[in-house]
Amino acid sequence: MSDFFYLIPLSLGLGFVGLAVFLWSLRGGQYEDLDGAAERVLDDEDAPILPQRRTVPGQG
Amino acid sequence: MSCCGPATLALAAAPAGAQGGPSREEIVLASHRIGEGLWQTDLSVPAVHCGACMRTVENALGRIEGVEGARVNLSTRRVSVRWREGADPSAFVPTLAAIGYPAHLDDPAADERDETLSGLVRALAVAGFGAMNIMLMSVAVWSGAEAGARDLFHLISAAIALPTIAYSGRVFFSSAWNALSHGRTNMDVPISIGILIAFGMSLYDTLNSGAHAYFDAAVSLIFFLLIGRTLDHVMRERARTAVKGLARFAARGVHVVHEDGRQEYLPLAEIVPGMTLMVAAGERIPVDGEIIAGQSDVDCSLVNGESLPREAGPGTSVEAGTLNLTGPVTMRARAAAKDSFLAEMVRLMEATEGGRSRYRRLADRAASLYAPFVHAAALVTFVGWMLVGGGWHQSLTVAVAVLIITCPCALALAVPMVQVVAARRLFETGIMVKDGGALERITEVDTVVFDKTGTLTLGALALTNAGDIAPADLAVAAAIATHSHHPHARAIAAAAQDRVRLAPVFDSVGEHPGLGLEATAAGHVYRLGRAAWALSDAGGITGTVLSRDGRLVAAFAFADRLRPGAQQAVRALKAEGLGIVLLSGDRSDEVLRLAAELGIDECAGDLVPGDKVAALAALAAEGRKVLMVGDGLNDAPALAAAYASMAPATAADIGRNAADFVFLREGLGAVPAALGLSRAAQVLTRQNLALALVYNAIALPFAVLGFVTPLVAAVAMSSSSVIVVANALRLGRADGGAPEPGRRAARVSEAQA
Repeated sequence: MSDFFYLIPLSLGLGFVGLAVFLWSLRGGQYEDLDGAAERVLDDEDAPILPQRRTVPGQG
Repeated sequence: MSCCGPATLALAAAPAGAQGGPSREEIVLASHRIGEGLWQTDLSVPAVHCGACMRTVENALGRIEGVEGARVNLSTRRVSVRWREGADPSAFVPTLAAIGYPAHLDDPAADERDETLSGLVRALAVAGFGAMNIMLMSVAVWSGAEAGARDLFHLISAAIALPTIAYSGRVFFSSAWNALSHGRTNMDVPISIGILIAFGMSLYDTLNSGAHAYFDAAVSLIFFLLIGRTLDHVMRERARTAVKGLARFAARGVHVVHEDGRQEYLPLAEIVPGMTLMVAAGERIPVDGEIIAGQSDVDCSLVNGESLPREAGPGTSVEAGTLNLTGPVTMRARAAAKDSFLAEMVRLMEATEGGRSRYRRLADRAASLYAPFVHAAALVTFVGWMLVGGGWHQSLTVAVAVLIITCPCALALAVPMVQVVAARRLFETGIMVKDGGALERITEVDTVVFDKTGTLTLGALALTNAGDIAPADLAVAAAIATHSHHPHARAIAAAAQDRVRLAPVFDSVGEHPGLGLEATAAGHVYRLGRAAWALSDAGGITGTVLSRDGRLVAAFAFADRLRPGAQQAVRALKAEGLGIVLLSGDRSDEVLRLAAELGIDECAGDLVPGDKVAALAALAAEGRKVLMVGDGLNDAPALAAAYASMAPATAADIGRNAADFVFLREGLGAVPAALGLSRAAQVLTRQNLALALVYNAIALPFAVLGFVTPLVAAVAMSSSSVIVVANALRLGRADGGAPEPGRRAARVSEAQA
């Protein structure tokens, strides 16, 4: 059984990666508008996630 | 275009007289610079419902000249617009209004990021990670790992548990410490003691190759409790943002005329007595003062409950918060904003010691009884095992097991879970609840006190004799009336909206502030306004009339309209055995008439704000617990003083902030609905507390006798928490696990919805 002990740090390490990714996404503000994100995923328009400098439609 | 049917919430929340949108100066005052010549403005757009709405709003704003981009937050129903310096931000609100999304300025989002929430979520994530990994180790131990492997697993668990408890446990430790240092106890005290002792004991055992360690119990306890805590916070924060997102009544700034004739737009806080201010028609009077030029009518309904507007001309004294209706006026400030009528109300609010400040939450009351009991039980167990010769190590292990098994996990979840579910259901029916304590307090209420203008009534006049007036005449009157903000004109226009096209085309329409409107068509002069002004020979006629060339055409009668559902709400509350009282600042005869119409026995009129507080104090002295429902500035002290309080979304800012509940829809059915749901929630809360206690009563003897291993503790704790949470969710079911008392009231309100 002790042959498989290397799995413990492996699983802990993977868990840590998951935790770190979650905390990173939390800090990035990805959970601030969950309702909006659910709708935006259906949006066909290819708009950037954050309002960047973009050409405004309708003004040529 | 709104894609999701009528925007009910928006209708109720739209303030009167705000069609033009805020001025450029006011928007700049409410915006903040985000660098590189860019500004950001936050608007609240309550009518945004879905993905299509978001796109429409974002595209419409994006097409405005000078706008860099707009982003809608669907959760908070806000849009933040980024624009380049030099652009004209006053186009935002009219643009949105034109496509069917009424919007209003939001406060700068300086405190946008909710630090408490992200702290809680981070703690929750860490606790979840710790609990899962320790549980993996524990499963191996429970399955019978040999001694060497067991010690290694315990050691790894300890290494995970220490930082997890140190990080995620702070929420409870700091709250417990705060309570203890003030000489009180709360639910967090037994939780913290249980966690710390369990961890310390397990660490000692691990280092000495002991068989049992409670790391899993300690960490999963933190995890479960944090779930409840976080949900509770999310719910309250949602209500708070929703209330904060409602339109403000007071302007942020005022046009000031300096002595050299120069005009400047200054923030409200910089107004000092003696300044000359200009107030346009449709704006609220910013500070107390006296009118020095201009003629108008002012609507005082929000300030003192009077439903009819008052004439105002040079020399008239006006109070902050009243609405200037018909003409621009110039006024001299008599007091700074902080000393105005509004500030007077705030002082009254602070002076009244509300019944609610003495209220202790159910969970805290339970904890103060429960904590000493738990600690005594653990101590007795320890002493008992020492006496029968168990040795101090075994005695301490059993005592720790007692602490863990009785650690009020289920008890701590019992109340908040029900309140979270209840708040969510109320939110869905358009009722915001500020905190869980309000749900508990409202169930004890035995008397409901209503304000009149704006609460039982809509605070908007309606034409009562439309049937007696010839359709053609009504059409003429309506066509003229569309040109004014005056409540009478609005009522006439609203009554004959669809007939306006029958009216002749006017050559000119002009408003004479304080008098009425004058229009010319085909050589005739029409006047709509005060009888004495409109008629060449008024005789005994008073009130509002329509005249042609000085001769009477039609006379109009108005009355304040009842809020929809007012009759049913009062009846439902009476059927519940609650006393109903009507307190108003309006004229006594008006109050008596309405009380008779609604079947309210106790009523009083002509009250100043202090009188309302005194009336509430008198009711409280009789031992009655009062739910105050009111909207005006003059109701704010009473809302703060009452045992529980409710305000409509159309209420004045400070009233909304003082109230426990804010309802967004127009109907008054919200009152019995909130009461019914709160009562149902209270029943479930008591059930949950009973469940948690029964569970403890069963588990305690086993723990005391030393039969509780870490495995048993983990299973027992989780299952009791799950049962309590599942019971709370019954409230969320469509037909309600809602037991008897609230049923009827809830159904009445649903019928109106």
